[in-house]
Amino acid sequence: MMSAEFLYGIEVVLNGLMAGVLYALVALGFVLIFKASGIFNYAQGVMALFAALTLVGIMEGQVPFAHVINAVFGTEVHHFGWHVPALAAIIMTLGVMVMFAWAVQKYIFKHLVGQEPIILFMATIGLAYFLEGVGDLMWGSNIKTLDVGLPQGGSRWVEDMTATLGGDDFYGFFIDKLDMVATVVAAILVLGLIAFAQYSKQGRAMRAVADDHQAALSVGISLNFIWVLVWSLAGLVALVAGIMWGAKSGVQFSLSLIALKALPVLMLGGFTSIPGAIVGGLIIGVGEKLFEYTIGGMMGGATENWFAYVLALVFLVFRPQGLFGEKIIERV
Amino acid sequence: MFYREAGDFKTSYKDDNQTFPIAFDRYRYWVVLAVAFLVIPFLINDYWANAIFVPFLIYAIAAIGLNILTGYCGQVSLGTGGFMAVGAYACYKLMTAFPDVSIVIHVVLAGGITAAVGAAFGLPSLRIKGFYLAVATLAAQFFLVWLFNKVEWFYNYSASGQINAPERTVFSVPVTGPNTEAWAQYLICLVFVTVSAIIARNLTRGTMGRKWMAIRDMDIAAEIIGVNPLRAKLSAFAVSSFFIGVAGALFFAVYLGAVEVGEAFGIQKSFLVLFMIIIGGLGSIFGAFAGAAFLVLLPVALKVVGVDLLGWPTDMVAHLQLVVVGALIMFFLIKEPHGLAQLWRVAKEKLRLWPFPH
Repeated sequence: MMSAEFLYGIEVVLNGLMAGVLYALVALGFVLIFKASGIFNYAQGVMALFAALTLVGIMEGQVPFAHVINAVFGTEVHHFGWHVPALAAIIMTLGVMVMFAWAVQKYIFKHLVGQEPIILFMATIGLAYFLEGVGDLMWGSNIKTLDVGLPQGGSRWVEDMTATLGGDDFYGFFIDKLDMVATVVAAILVLGLIAFAQYSKQGRAMRAVADDHQAALSVGISLNFIWVLVWSLAGLVALVAGIMWGAKSGVQFSLSLIALKALPVLMLGGFTSIPGAIVGGLIIGVGEKLFEYTIGGMMGGATENWFAYVLALVFLVFRPQGLFGEKIIERV
Repeated sequence: MFYREAGDFKTSYKDDNQTFPIAFDRYRYWVVLAVAFLVIPFLINDYWANAIFVPFLIYAIAAIGLNILTGYCGQVSLGTGGFMAVGAYACYKLMTAFPDVSIVIHVVLAGGITAAVGAAFGLPSLRIKGFYLAVATLAAQFFLVWLFNKVEWFYNYSASGQINAPERTVFSVPVTGPNTEAWAQYLICLVFVTVSAIIARNLTRGTMGRKWMAIRDMDIAAEIIGVNPLRAKLSAFAVSSFFIGVAGALFFAVYLGAVEVGEAFGIQKSFLVLFMIIIGGLGSIFGAFAGAAFLVLLPVALKVVGVDLLGWPTDMVAHLQLVVVGALIMFFLIKEPHGLAQLWRVAKEKLRLWPFPH
């Protein structure tokens, strides 16, 4: 028998781990693009929002830009009147994200090759604004529910299984089924990405580009193709993150703010490391939940808003390259 | 023809070191000041003051501040909103604690307090560089907003959680509170902008500015030639935060009058000011003005065209505005990374040779 308080502490940690998995998922999208092109993609969160919006729009047969068409031509269109099954809609959304990746590469970042990282970063902030506006114009800005058939609610099974661990005032761990699904999906996605990077031809080319642009170019790897590929992969990760977060709390603007949460994750884990993104995500997820549970109440609550940043800030002062980042070497 | 150095003889060191070496620029500067101080106050009404002039002037101060840090010293900051909030809340606490002291002194003191906070959050910049630092400044943004939301002392335990500016006068003319006239609002901001711009301009062309630029261009090299990075970076953070704090104080006391911290000083504000200096031009005082004017005028212009002329719904125009701003940011970064200020420089070069360009 363990004391109920201790067990509730464990429950907080478990929930933190699940939240951390979702942070890690978004952070993973950042790492992919950063490794291959040196672009720190602030728009990753908005990409998740845009992917989720597009998915809902396709599933419900919304007419894209209906809002604009109605305003300009005085028509009254809004829906095509059909419903697309979830799987087909997901594949179509993926197609949209690939097209988006191609357009971003062709119209923006091709022209910015060789610029300083900070300029690229600011360009992605512009991209985030642009994409957010386009998403709202295309699908409307009202809050949408996303239902692709994922299980919802707490798991009775886990609750019943663990209820015996504590005393009479302990009722078992409350764990959301959706979080469990998200964890499994994230794990599969990460393993898939690692396998892709390690064993496929394109994956090898991708790692070669990440190592050295010039050398990769000289052995005949098309940088353009790799960058489109990387942005598409980031689009895939954004779509998965968008589905998970969208199913959890509705598809709305706040979805794009998870990008901001992913930043401290990256700082902890290091911008160039896939395992770093995962470990960083878990640390932040558990850390902020535990901090809120133990100390946050005394400080007035809602410490989750800033805890991750301050933790990352303090951590970086002692280790500027993050946990798993490559050592920063500076030369004049 | 008229825009050149030839014939403008400088006979003393003072003449040689003046801000505007070309006579035409000097006349232009005095004309702009004369129009701003002597003409506009008599023509201004509530709409023009609230929609365009007052926000433009206040954002110009904030943009000058951020430009010192990001444009001159190369330290990207996403904490502008948080630092503006420090200025606003410091001003509020001072206004309510010492009602007899002049508001002008309070605004300057609020800037000083913000400078101290900014320098404290600038400390990690010695270890953290590039966008690691940009992300680290987010800590300042979120922590400060949370702090002003949660600690009731900062808003004097008011039930709404808002801070409201009481009425304060300068030369017995009210400049804050509901009885303020448009011209008074405008003039007090204009005075602060003018003084800020002159200070910033002279700081950036002096020793301090040179040190900042050396750090921006390459900090290790700067250290080797004898620039102390600790002092250079922290002074940039402090000076920048001072201006941003003044802007925050004016934004709260003169422009809005009542402020809810998350709404007025959220992360969006940080991005807005950052966009101003990107579009206006990094490392240029004129650029801060141009960027502020551009991003204040753009929504107004879009609203006039979209809502009033074409009759589109307001929310659609708001979304369209996001698209336009985002596209412009990318356009400027691709085509003209030095912003509007660079276009102005190019125009001046052309003007120098006009009308015989060879």
